[in-house]
Amino acid sequence: MSTFAQSIISGLGQGSAYAMLAVGFVIIFKSTGVISFAQPALMAAGATLVSYLVFQFGLGFPAAVAVGVLVLAGVGLGLERVALRPLVGRPVFVAAIVTLGLDTAIRAVTNRFIGPDLRPVGDPWGYDRLELGPLFLQHRYLAMIVTAAIVLAALFTFFRYSRVGLAMRATAFDQETSLAQGISVGAVFALSWALAAGLATLAGVFVAAGSGVSQGTWVVGLKALPAIVLGGLDSLPGAVVGGLAVGVVEALVQTYQPVHAPWLGGNFSLVAPYVLMLLVLLVRPYGLFGTPEIRRV
Amino acid sequence: MREPGVSGAVLAVNNLEVVYNDVMLAVSGASVEVPEGRIVALLGSNGAGKTTLLRAVSGLLDVHRGAITKGTVTLDGAEIQRLAPARVVRRGIKQVMEGRRVFAELTVEENLRVGAHVSPRGIDQGLVRVYELFPPLADRRRATAGYLSGGEQQMLAMGRALMSDPRYLLLDEPSLGLAPRLVEQVRDLIVAINQQGTTVLLVEQNASMALSIASHGYVMENGKVVMDKPTEELMADEDIREFYLGSAGEEGSGSFRDVKHYKRRKRWLS
Repeated sequence: MSTFAQSIISGLGQGSAYAMLAVGFVIIFKSTGVISFAQPALMAAGATLVSYLVFQFGLGFPAAVAVGVLVLAGVGLGLERVALRPLVGRPVFVAAIVTLGLDTAIRAVTNRFIGPDLRPVGDPWGYDRLELGPLFLQHRYLAMIVTAAIVLAALFTFFRYSRVGLAMRATAFDQETSLAQGISVGAVFALSWALAAGLATLAGVFVAAGSGVSQGTWVVGLKALPAIVLGGLDSLPGAVVGGLAVGVVEALVQTYQPVHAPWLGGNFSLVAPYVLMLLVLLVRPYGLFGTPEIRRV
Repeated sequence: MREPGVSGAVLAVNNLEVVYNDVMLAVSGASVEVPEGRIVALLGSNGAGKTTLLRAVSGLLDVHRGAITKGTVTLDGAEIQRLAPARVVRRGIKQVMEGRRVFAELTVEENLRVGAHVSPRGIDQGLVRVYELFPPLADRRRATAGYLSGGEQQMLAMGRALMSDPRYLLLDEPSLGLAPRLVEQVRDLIVAINQQGTTVLLVEQNASMALSIASHGYVMENGKVVMDKPTEELMADEDIREFYLGSAGEEGSGSFRDVKHYKRRKRWLS
């Protein structure tokens, strides 16, 4: 029982990192219609920057994270303006390919800074554990869950009540009408990228916490893809649920599969999120919370 | 809200030419003047260029790959045809697009708040004004806009535009798809809005509705303004009566020869 509860907690912890990434994907997708494949690279870049801020510039961990998120948000803003704004009005397919190129470029630069080894990000948690009766709860997972909850609640409030958040939702629904209300749609696009890049940084720090950021860290970012697909591409709550589900399924499979189903082979937990995604798509082709597309064939 | 009455201020479209996709000429040499405080009607059949002219004023041509190739749009003498849509809205010109286009997923009140995007300070005042003008919206302020009836959606679209207290309201076919009684209601609302000091440029296919409240009317055909007269003169014009108001008099309907005659006369110029 305690093993089960522990897997759930660590799954939710990992899952909250996926959820942040997935929310970034969805924000960009909703406002611009593009799936940005640059998110994994931005995640790695953000974590690397935080690592440098802590060890090279001597910032405290919380300050470094804050600065890292802000700087990466600025980078996101710039990328949108320089690389994607000129493509507005072109097929979204073109923009998606451009984000693939951005991903490669950002990774190449980031890898130079990461170097060959694992770079710690200076988080205070390490592998410290909290003993709660029979449970051993890792501090970092608890911190991730709490941080993600706060950030997501803030985002929800922003979209629900603020003037700019409302403008972003309006733009996601109907760009031309939003223009007619005096909303600058370009600014909304830029802001989406900034938010997504900031969230990616946070996710990167989560992923690297405990161990560190390496040249392979970006691969974790791809886990957000099954998360958004199973949650529904255009739903923020879907992205959160999808991210957490991917994390939990991964953790459970990691715990139980080697014992109960060894014939599936080693590291099956890496494939598990995609299996889950396929199962969900069989039942709900537009994801758990996605808007069904009505099309006459 | 502004004092009603006619000052010297004017929104003017001068000798406008608009081309879509670099090749399709939609408006050529159209000139329209909308003096402040008035209701001006812009009539014409489908494809005459009415909506294009509105887009040229509000800066929404880009979205449709259209461009102004000649002519100007001026507000109080200053050229505004190169401004981004957001800037045009800030100058006090707001377009209510054809087909209402409410944000169906947002609530009524959220729709209105989006309408006040450029003037967040005026939200409370705007809400009071809009709910006063359109009481059905006040009853349904928490309802999802997509579930409103057609008439309510038209009210919401107009109310949303009024939230930033624009000087000029460009209405594109507000009567489209509404039952006759609702058309009358919308007409009365336009008059009420105008009396509160907002100038209205009313694009309509429902000519009798538009001419019943406008002080001046323009008729567009094939991208050109073919007629430009005070409403009384337009109402008296035989062609207008025949083609737009559907009351051609005794000789109007009858034999096959009259049908051909009708078709031949469908052009005013040339």
